[in-house]
Amino acid sequence: MTSGTLAGLVGAALVGLGLYGVIVDPQALRKILAFNLIGSGVFLVFGIVARKGAAAGLQSDPIPQAMVITGIVVAFAASALAVALTLRLFEETGRASLRADGGAKPGGDGAGPE
Amino acid sequence: MSVLAALDIGLALLVFAVAAWTVFAPGAFAATVGYVVYGLLLSLVWIRLFAVDVALTEAAIGGGVTGVLLIGAAARLRQAEMTTVGEAPSGVTRLFAACLCVLVAAALAGVVLLLPDQGPTLAPQAMERLPETGLGNPVTAVLIAYRSFDTVLEKVVLVLAVVGVWSLAADRYWGGAPGEARAERPEPTLAFFAQMLAPIGIVVGVHIFWVGADEPGGAFQGGAILAAMWIILMMARLTEAPQTNAFWLRLALIAGPAVFLAAGVAGVAVAGGFFAYPSGLAKPIILFIEAFMVLSIAVTLPMLVAGPPRREPRR
Amino acid sequence: MSEGASAIAATAGGSLLPLAILVPATGVLLSFLLGGRQAQRIAFGLMPVQFVIAIGIASFVWRSGEPVVYLLGGYVPPLGIALRADGFSAVMLVTASLIMPAAGLYAWVNFSTPRGSTERRGPLVVWTLLQAVQAALSLIFLGGDLFNLYVALELLTFAAVPLVCLDGRPETLAAALRYLMFALFGALFYLLGVALLYGAYGTLDIVLLSERIRAEPAVWLAAGLMTAGLLAKTALFPLHLWLPPAHANAPAAASAVLSGLVVKGSFFLIVRLWFNVLPALPGAVPGTILATLGSAAILVGSTLALRQERLKLMIAYSTVAQIGYLFLMFPLGSGPWAADAFSGGVMQALSHAFAKAAMFLSAGLIAESLGHDRIAGLGGAGRAMPITFLALGLGGLSLMGLPPSGGFAAKWLLMKASIAAGQWVWAAVMLAGGLLAGGYLYRALAPALSGEPPNMKAAPRRSREGVALALALAAVLLAFAPPPFFAFLQIGCPAASVALR
Repeated sequence: MTSGTLAGLVGAALVGLGLYGVIVDPQALRKILAFNLIGSGVFLVFGIVARKGAAAGLQSDPIPQAMVITGIVVAFAASALAVALTLRLFEETGRASLRADGGAKPGGDGAGPE
Repeated sequence: MSVLAALDIGLALLVFAVAAWTVFAPGAFAATVGYVVYGLLLSLVWIRLFAVDVALTEAAIGGGVTGVLLIGAAARLRQAEMTTVGEAPSGVTRLFAACLCVLVAAALAGVVLLLPDQGPTLAPQAMERLPETGLGNPVTAVLIAYRSFDTVLEKVVLVLAVVGVWSLAADRYWGGAPGEARAERPEPTLAFFAQMLAPIGIVVGVHIFWVGADEPGGAFQGGAILAAMWIILMMARLTEAPQTNAFWLRLALIAGPAVFLAAGVAGVAVAGGFFAYPSGLAKPIILFIEAFMVLSIAVTLPMLVAGPPRREPRR
Repeated sequence: MSEGASAIAATAGGSLLPLAILVPATGVLLSFLLGGRQAQRIAFGLMPVQFVIAIGIASFVWRSGEPVVYLLGGYVPPLGIALRADGFSAVMLVTASLIMPAAGLYAWVNFSTPRGSTERRGPLVVWTLLQAVQAALSLIFLGGDLFNLYVALELLTFAAVPLVCLDGRPETLAAALRYLMFALFGALFYLLGVALLYGAYGTLDIVLLSERIRAEPAVWLAAGLMTAGLLAKTALFPLHLWLPPAHANAPAAASAVLSGLVVKGSFFLIVRLWFNVLPALPGAVPGTILATLGSAAILVGSTLALRQERLKLMIAYSTVAQIGYLFLMFPLGSGPWAADAFSGGVMQALSHAFAKAAMFLSAGLIAESLGHDRIAGLGGAGRAMPITFLALGLGGLSLMGLPPSGGFAAKWLLMKASIAAGQWVWAAVMLAGGLLAGGYLYRALAPALSGEPPNMKAAPRRSREGVALALALAAVLLAFAPPPFFAFLQIGCPAASVALR
């Protein structure tokens, strides 16, 4: 088993782990952490794809590498926005969690996580 | 089994274990610290995948700057944790989620195992057209030449992220500065550390940007290191975040995407198409664009970490 | 293979394609730099330019009868990135370039920077982000490369989320955070599918992929992941929970753009994926699954809309329902009825965009004039604000699918196709949906037409009412689209073009 395949399998496991964290944990910050795990798992799948594309004197296909770099930057920006929203929500309400069921009551005025 | 293979397996298991800690650790702060370790371990994995540019980016942005962001948030949200104890989902939800996630991971793992050893690749084409760009690093060529449209729009995404983060300020703070004011007497350890590290970091950051044309490195990695230095200075309270209505700040934030866009549009007149480079001049133009990208990234990442304005604007 | 290589060449008029994206992107940067009052001027200055570009692209597509192609940087796919405009792209571009200025004109009153003040938060954010939404949508409609489209999805998310929580209330903050999380889930799973497709075929260009794709496990998994992600962004049942609070509590102009255009962006990508990238896959089972979820969305969304007490929430749940109609075109994608199904789906996207934008703007006017948007308190308001309620009613006409309206044309086409294909169940669902829509619209509008006019805080401005009415009339006018319009929609759509032979 090459390092590439190993990385790909770890990536698959991370996607599953991260998805579990997103669904199950009500705290927004833990969800953001879990999203970052999913993201890094996806990038590792790109990684194995790049490694399998070694050719022309390169050890790794540069196209997926560039995509991962772009993805890492975008993931950071998303985390920053999510963290800012979470902190502001905490300042306003004293709570920082989103319930899994959506929290919007049908007959109500669409109030948040109550 | 060779030493390297054993190391690989050990690294893979360690990465998974730390990731599991991040998900299952009891406290958010502990989980976040685990995440920072996880980011650094991931960079090692990327090195084993022979993707050094990615390893640099993951270490600097994925582990480093994201880590600072999340640790700061975890510290401020300590109080919120205590109110969510009763909200944990039921056992049924957990079971359902676990089944779903195992299914997804297994399907993904199965497809990964089915990938052929020599997969389809664009590496030959990338290397073939590399001499036109004058660059030696194919990843930089992909980012700034072959797929430049991705990169320029991703820079715009960063600007939008800043707008989004700033939009969360209260109306009366709009235009003011985020973070805390400069301290009269900064904490000595932190100040010493920052003062020692910042000059080294600046030199390293500029070097990594410059050398990225031909070796692993580039604008994102170099810019992230410069950003980290500014963040350290702000955390040590040796300097404070600028006011968000400062013209120079706004100019620095848009300089990267603006110069890139302008070069792309100028390509119509000079090279026959949007985002095309004239032959012979490609490398200087690329370095020119990258220099402004470094400036923007070095300014954008700290502003995203600093958050929305929290002090009233002066003037 | 050589046929594929010759298909990737730039065509006449291609230079307009990057401009459709770069013009609003430049607007975003300049608005952010110059701030304050300049942001508003820049936004309004560039909106007509966007419209002209959209019309230009549409005319090039019309004249050539083929998709318009542009190669960025002169690099040919698979190494480089292509932009492609087909019939569906062109009409969506024109629609977006019409709805944006309408939302902008509506927002003028609420988000102007007063004289003497250098910059306010609301105006800068609104004018910058509306242009960003325009840029993101243009890229979604024109993108020819799957990773480029991922960047477009993220661009759209970052532009849309802060608009939801602009007023800073806790409900909107929670709604925005939830929206962001669903969007992040969507983008990440889309990206995972992209990784698998690149791993299998070494290219992400849509045309090249369509030639190379075969039905193998990697493709099925990629298709499933990407569709799941895009469904979360499109708020199809059961991933619709984030939409009602987000759309109902945003400022009215933002709601119009969010419900009218932003959800159509991810829907557009699902169509691209299944009709342009994956036609080689046997689409019967996935199509049926999508249509089943769509039917559930129609029934659940309409039923929930019936129970709402607030007008804006009712309209938001109506969006959940109307999005379901869009997915009824998927099981009907091959066969002699495919062209009708495709046209029906596109018509539904267009007419819903105009109608829903009109309804949210009207609801905004009602909320401002009465101080609330409770349905129970609307008695007699129709007499005090006739034009506003006319706009609301015409929009509702299209939602119900009554003639003459674009909604009727869409449902007529979809019903024709589903009956011709022998899949009667979709026609039955559409009829039920129409009845339910009639129910919740009647409940909201009927009391307004009789009774004493309520006390109004302020009368709505004629210009703003006119904007809402113009959008509603556009939804109605779509009913009169001549046959060449439907032929135009088919340009560049492979599955339907097979059916036409």
